[in-house]
Amino acid sequence: MKKSVIFGALTVAGLAAGAAAAGTLDDVKARGKLNCGVTTGLVGFAAPDADGNWEGFDVSVCRAVAAAVLGDGNAVEFVPTTGKTRFTALSSGEIDMLARNTTWTFSRDVDLKFTFVGVNYYDGQGFMVPKALGVSSAKDLDGATVCIQTGTTTELNLADFFRTNNISYEPVPVETNAEGQQQYLAGACDVYTTDASGLASTRATFEAPGDHTLLPEIISKEPLGPLVRHGDDEWGDVVRWTLNALIAAEELGVTSANVSEIGTSTNNPEIKRLLGTEGTLGEMMGLDADWGAKAIAVGGNYGEIFAKNIGEETPIGLARGLNAQWTNGGLLYSPPFR
Amino acid sequence: MTTLTDPPKGAFRPSMLLYDSRYRSLTLQAIAAIVLALCFLYLYSNVAANLRAAGLNISYSFLGNTAGYDINQTLIEYTSQSTNWRAAIVGILNTLLVAFLACITATIFGVLAGVLRLSPNWLVRKLMAFYVEIFRNIPVLIWIIIIFTIMTAVLPAPSAFRGDDSDSSMLFNLAAFTNRGVYIPGPYFTRGFGAEGNGALNWLLVIAVLVGSLIATRAVSASANAKQAATGVRPKTLWLNLAIWFVPVIIVLFALGLQWDTPALRGFNFQGGLKIGGPLIALWFALSIYTGAFIAENVRAGIQAVSKGQTEAAAALGLRPRRVMSLVVLPQALRVIIPPLISQYLNITKNSSLAIAVGYADITATLGGITLNQTGRAIECVLLLMLFYLIISLLISAFMNVYNNTMKLKER
Repeated sequence: MKKSVIFGALTVAGLAAGAAAAGTLDDVKARGKLNCGVTTGLVGFAAPDADGNWEGFDVSVCRAVAAAVLGDGNAVEFVPTTGKTRFTALSSGEIDMLARNTTWTFSRDVDLKFTFVGVNYYDGQGFMVPKALGVSSAKDLDGATVCIQTGTTTELNLADFFRTNNISYEPVPVETNAEGQQQYLAGACDVYTTDASGLASTRATFEAPGDHTLLPEIISKEPLGPLVRHGDDEWGDVVRWTLNALIAAEELGVTSANVSEIGTSTNNPEIKRLLGTEGTLGEMMGLDADWGAKAIAVGGNYGEIFAKNIGEETPIGLARGLNAQWTNGGLLYSPPFR
Repeated sequence: MTTLTDPPKGAFRPSMLLYDSRYRSLTLQAIAAIVLALCFLYLYSNVAANLRAAGLNISYSFLGNTAGYDINQTLIEYTSQSTNWRAAIVGILNTLLVAFLACITATIFGVLAGVLRLSPNWLVRKLMAFYVEIFRNIPVLIWIIIIFTIMTAVLPAPSAFRGDDSDSSMLFNLAAFTNRGVYIPGPYFTRGFGAEGNGALNWLLVIAVLVGSLIATRAVSASANAKQAATGVRPKTLWLNLAIWFVPVIIVLFALGLQWDTPALRGFNFQGGLKIGGPLIALWFALSIYTGAFIAENVRAGIQAVSKGQTEAAAALGLRPRRVMSLVVLPQALRVIIPPLISQYLNITKNSSLAIAVGYADITATLGGITLNQTGRAIECVLLLMLFYLIISLLISAFMNVYNNTMKLKER
């Protein structure tokens, strides 16, 4: 009797392992819920609010994909991951996609077998120091103690920066942003380094943000974007084009306010194709015709999402900078919906 | 009249495998072994198939690649340009260091608390019971985090030492207690072997001298024992022993030109001297007091296992309580104490893997943390980690069992 239970469990495990290899899109549809990996908490990008609802810039991408696939922006199971657990969670199938300030690098793309579907934030690594320290440049940090989240690209950039500038430092490895913030505020490290956007977000939660300054040096390119497992191109397309839809919507002037009627009122064929009132783009991906409209309706277009979560009106106060549309001198450029 | 004959020898029939109690246990064990082998085969083929499906393979070549990250506590030379393998070695040495230190202090705490828990003094007894119960029943991870948090929150940052009118000052201008660790004067040699006179050879020489002193003092005790056995009078050896311990080592240290490098606030941090990092202190202390509470219970059990008559007989000979404990009770109690003590040493070593909670760079943090994450070689790294902890555990177990065999009751 006991043996049959064991064999039963093995069979189930075998089936589950087999199913993971099948199409993620079908899995998500069958499950009725999208499993989306996010950070354990970085205000503005992904953090639960007082009621436990996840919100933020990365969270909006998850919700847009859920809306495109399932028609409901709330059909998302948010899985908090740390810098160390995120890739295992994705490659093991625990999550369907990862939207977690993850830098697109060669080795992650090629060696770890992930597919980065695009960039939703162009970032770079910066340094934050207390103003009282009187430091104005990262090159003055010789001998400093630096808090750093382990297992991230910033850890490697940091080592390279100090080595190439021939100055020394002492790393204090921390696991999460919250831990790093606590150590930094307790004075256990002189400097906190991570992506500049993350520093701005962290500083915004301080009691006295004005006492801390971001140093001018940006020591790396950190293109952050959502990623999926390698080898499931259909699913990769869904996430990629949902992100592109958000970016294109801003360029084309589609907002959460006008998305319900502009599809019929406009005579711009690209908007019509994007919103599914013309053509069969949704069908090609195995989604409803109005997938794009649903994705945009959840949180608005890219510009709206940016302004609401991390823009200059928010405590985080990030300027668009590189993240402006290509038409405004930024790097955001969605391939055409055609 | 009948004659007894041997019962007829039945031929072996396959059904006997099940119904004959002589063979049944073998049958069941064979089945169990086959099932176990099938389970492992299934797990292995599952992993292999899934890895193949994901386009991954098992390879250890990443160990030779550049690690690219820095480590805050290294016992051997290490830079971010060293290999992942070297980073793993750094982690192994850090693990062994904290485990070694914690084993020693946990034993001291444990023996003290265990003996005092049986003290006739009510207050001392209850205090020790309080210590044991509190520390045994709260997980060690919580203790590590509590101690580390208290350290970072209570102790001042190095910047507090800055300026003439600073908030904090160094102890006797020699040691500084900061929330990044404790800075104490570090010894170095101005003469002697090696580059800049601080090569490892100098320290080896000092250790060799100390070992020589140890051998010499044992010889002194042996001759004193012999004299006591022959004449009944034990010669006084205290001053001789002290001289043997201190005179040669002081001469050698003087000859090598021992100097002390005192830490001083330069730039962002204290520089110079020896730094004992905050994570090491938190981990070391937490492991020591936590496991010490368990060892205290082992010690108490061992002492209580020694018949009360032994204590009374020793007291009747006129020995004072301390001598009774150290000469009569503890040596007999050791037989009961040592076997569970082995498990506690193993626990310390394995619990040291919680180091990552406070950012201590042990093997779990370097190989199993940063290297794993930067290379994505999860299966390989975890297998190596398992192998390391297995080897260390077996080694500790083997050494302690050798010790146990020398201490246990010799039956003839």
